[in-house]
Amino acid sequence: MGPSPHPRDAGYPVVALAGNPNTGKSTLFNALTGLRQHTGNWPGKTVLLAQGVARHRGVNYTIVDLPGVYSLLAGSVDERVASDYLCLQRPDVVVVVMDATCLERNLNLALQVLEVTDKVVLCVNLIDEARHRGIELDTRALAAGLGVPAVGAVARAGHGLGEVMDAVAGLCTGAIATSPRRVIYEPEIEEALRRLEPRVAKRLPPGAAARWLAVRALCGDLTVLEMLTTPATSHAGVREVSLATPAINVAAGLPVSGRGGAGGSAGP
Amino acid sequence: MARCASLRFLPPGQTGIVSGLVAEGLVRRRLLDLGFVPGTVIRALRRSPLGDPTAYGVRGSTIALRGADADRVMIEPGY
Repeated sequence: MGPSPHPRDAGYPVVALAGNPNTGKSTLFNALTGLRQHTGNWPGKTVLLAQGVARHRGVNYTIVDLPGVYSLLAGSVDERVASDYLCLQRPDVVVVVMDATCLERNLNLALQVLEVTDKVVLCVNLIDEARHRGIELDTRALAAGLGVPAVGAVARAGHGLGEVMDAVAGLCTGAIATSPRRVIYEPEIEEALRRLEPRVAKRLPPGAAARWLAVRALCGDLTVLEMLTTPATSHAGVREVSLATPAINVAAGLPVSGRGGAGGSAGP
Repeated sequence: MARCASLRFLPPGQTGIVSGLVAEGLVRRRLLDLGFVPGTVIRALRRSPLGDPTAYGVRGSTIALRGADADRVMIEPGY
């Protein structure tokens, strides 16, 4: 499971680092892994991701540094790589590294990650920089609001890293349970997802994040749509998307274009 | 009725409120992900020496947008 690991690293829990660009994610990666790093590709892909091993309280963890992105809705190559990794490789824990000086913008990605997995630790980095600007972070309130552990850190100075790894360890063993805040879309979109998700799940290995891939399909992600139209199965998956699209446009306030087999959210 | 213009015409130092996006698909998604969500207060900060891009204050962050992207963000003037 996870990226093709160094032979000696096989079997370690996999921890992915996600976050916006410029949040100190790579600093955190370097601080956790030290010299135990290499780059590797993961099965079937040509993208190289930095990987390393972190040792915490006698346990080894494989750390994977995902590209810095603002979103998991595939637009750029980086977004697609990060999104596909989380949806298909299913790391054991995801640490979302956030910039304490502009937390609101970082919440966009954090909330999207929470749509893909429950096993999330929020690492609120650069808290020294925030304090310097007069911003005090209430990580307890953040954890309570999002339903997952939140830890303040200054990765550059090594502060908070032990706490981050303690939270990671707790999620791996099950000692910490999360109850993540759920994003619920408008009824039309939720209905479209409800119908699309099983068709997406059928095309993927068990455990893949079908709901988020269905969200990507509804947003017009061609790579997911291609997955739904391979000749081996029916075209029902694409039909679901084209039926859903007018409903999505209505919900989003966009003009409705007459596409697909129906002018509204008709039945199959 | 409030005047509606594109973000391109917001002078540095002034604020506006996003009323909508004239964009679809990935361009729309990218603008939303950067924080240009309807109802958000945007402050034009400064224009680069060649006139493009312009820096905007959005939800606690500074975002640079080219004119072509700013054209897609409709705003009502803030006061």
